[in-house]
Amino acid sequence: MSVRNTIRALPALFRVGVFEAVAYRAEFFVWVLSTTMPLIMMALWTAVASDAPVGRYGQPEFVAYFLCTFIVRQLTGAWVAYEMNFEIRQGALAMRLLRPVQPLWTYAVENLAALPMRLVVALPVAVSLLLISGTSRLSKDPKIWLIWCAAMVGGWLITFLANLVIGCLAFYMESSLKLMDVWLAVFFVFSGYLYPLELFPSGLRAVADWLPFRYQIGFPVELMTGAHGVPTALSMLLSQWLYVALMLAIVSLVWRRGLKRFAAYGG
Amino acid sequence: MISARDLRKHYQVHKRPPGLKAAVRSLFHRTYITVKAVDGISFEISAGERVGFLGPNGAGKTTTLKVLSGLLHPSSGEVRVDGHVPKKREDAFLKKIMLVTGQKQQLLWDLPPAETFEMNRAIYDVPMAQYRETIAELTELLELSDLLNKPTRQLSLGERMKCELAAALIHRPKVLFLDEPTIGLDVSMQAVIRSFIKRYNERFGATLMLTSHYMDDVAALTPRVIVIDKGQLSYDGGLDDLVRRVRPEKRVALTFQRKVDRAALERLGKVVSVDSVAAVLQIHQDAVNSTITWALANLPVKDLTVENPPLEEVMSELFSRSRAAQEQEAAQRGAA
Repeated sequence: MSVRNTIRALPALFRVGVFEAVAYRAEFFVWVLSTTMPLIMMALWTAVASDAPVGRYGQPEFVAYFLCTFIVRQLTGAWVAYEMNFEIRQGALAMRLLRPVQPLWTYAVENLAALPMRLVVALPVAVSLLLISGTSRLSKDPKIWLIWCAAMVGGWLITFLANLVIGCLAFYMESSLKLMDVWLAVFFVFSGYLYPLELFPSGLRAVADWLPFRYQIGFPVELMTGAHGVPTALSMLLSQWLYVALMLAIVSLVWRRGLKRFAAYGG
Repeated sequence: MISARDLRKHYQVHKRPPGLKAAVRSLFHRTYITVKAVDGISFEISAGERVGFLGPNGAGKTTTLKVLSGLLHPSSGEVRVDGHVPKKREDAFLKKIMLVTGQKQQLLWDLPPAETFEMNRAIYDVPMAQYRETIAELTELLELSDLLNKPTRQLSLGERMKCELAAALIHRPKVLFLDEPTIGLDVSMQAVIRSFIKRYNERFGATLMLTSHYMDDVAALTPRVIVIDKGQLSYDGGLDDLVRRVRPEKRVALTFQRKVDRAALERLGKVVSVDSVAAVLQIHQDAVNSTITWALANLPVKDLTVENPPLEEVMSELFSRSRAAQEQEAAQRGAA
């Protein structure tokens, strides 16, 4: 499977992905509702901080944190494990395998093709963030924002690759969706999605530092809110991309071995 | 063009008896059995040939097609398609083949077929001029003009199958694997699809391998048939030879000017059916000429036709013989 052939087909795949993403308007609005958890957490935590700050987080800091969380989650989300699981079990993956394009790239492009629709939701929140928080609670260092761009790509890659690994496990198990549920449960605890990880006791924070979840959400959000200087940010970026490399290696292994087990059920 | 040598594909399948108790027990202890979907078949197919790949349900036909198209890794044996090893799924191989199945679709469900066609053009790197020519030709032959811009989900089964075929042929594959391409279609749509497939083979010299339970597909499209049952090859040769070998009788349908005595007909051969002025006889092919000559001279014959027995009956008999032979072989192995 040549990379050149795959790259040449990417624009066409992206175009089709965008068309598919906008095909169902009602589904889109339901999906928007399902992504509002950070806004709910914002309401909760600002109420908690109404009398006194929690750590260094007063009400304005919580507002900035959760609006940033919402934006990061919108732009780095991935859900391909569900689709892969279905396609492997039903045999529909066969149709992807028949094309001279690496199927994992087609999943990636389909995921990224939903980005324009996600931006439609994320941009108004970003504008609100600027209007509510001004620039006072956001990082003002351009270098941090450059690192943030790389961290967003890394965050999406970890999320996407984790989905691929879990999706590929459907080659080996009858269904891998329960694993996805477990992954999501741990993600909610250790990613910074429901609360800033700074609020964890030090022991748990150390655990969070060694797990990949923080690099999916917490790290980019911390960069946006100016929680780190450049040296710490770079060091964390390195850790994040080591996770990306590790997950790429795992995906490559489970995919290649899994294909040998593919039964292409049905038809 | 296509060769398979001692091809085998075995699966480990979890076996569990019905019931709650068995379900709970299976949590702790699982029993696996080996299913021999394909068990040592060999064949060669030349470029441009049209071959029917036949067998009862579960015979291993679809599994073989999936191995040949690179979807499944064989357990053992050697497979080559135009010099490629399918399981490697090289670009050059994937651009030469296509698997069309009546039960799986490549059309994008929420978008019109035209979007799938355009996507395939980009994926297979088809030059724009060739793409336009192919689309124009496919649109005319398959009468697609009203379908191209309707969402796929709103098309009928037959309309979808026509669009599936068109999408599969945009890159003009040299080898076409067709797995039940007419399943569920009405008679006229089956005829359209058959005639289109034959025309594609003749125009581009493509090699076709077809599985179908509709014997009309086989009779119309594939002069050669390969028959497998329980993963083993039971016949490879011409369709006519197969019919002659399995059912060496012909059917002679007679219409008379007046009623004919049944006893007179029974002298000629086995009476399949008879009513006041018509009868169908089953006669060994070697005796057909003499029987017809006698009947024309001695009976009030108004009309006469000679036909092969229905292909469905031939296949059914072949499958039952093949099963009996396999069971006998297994019994002998068990006794030894």
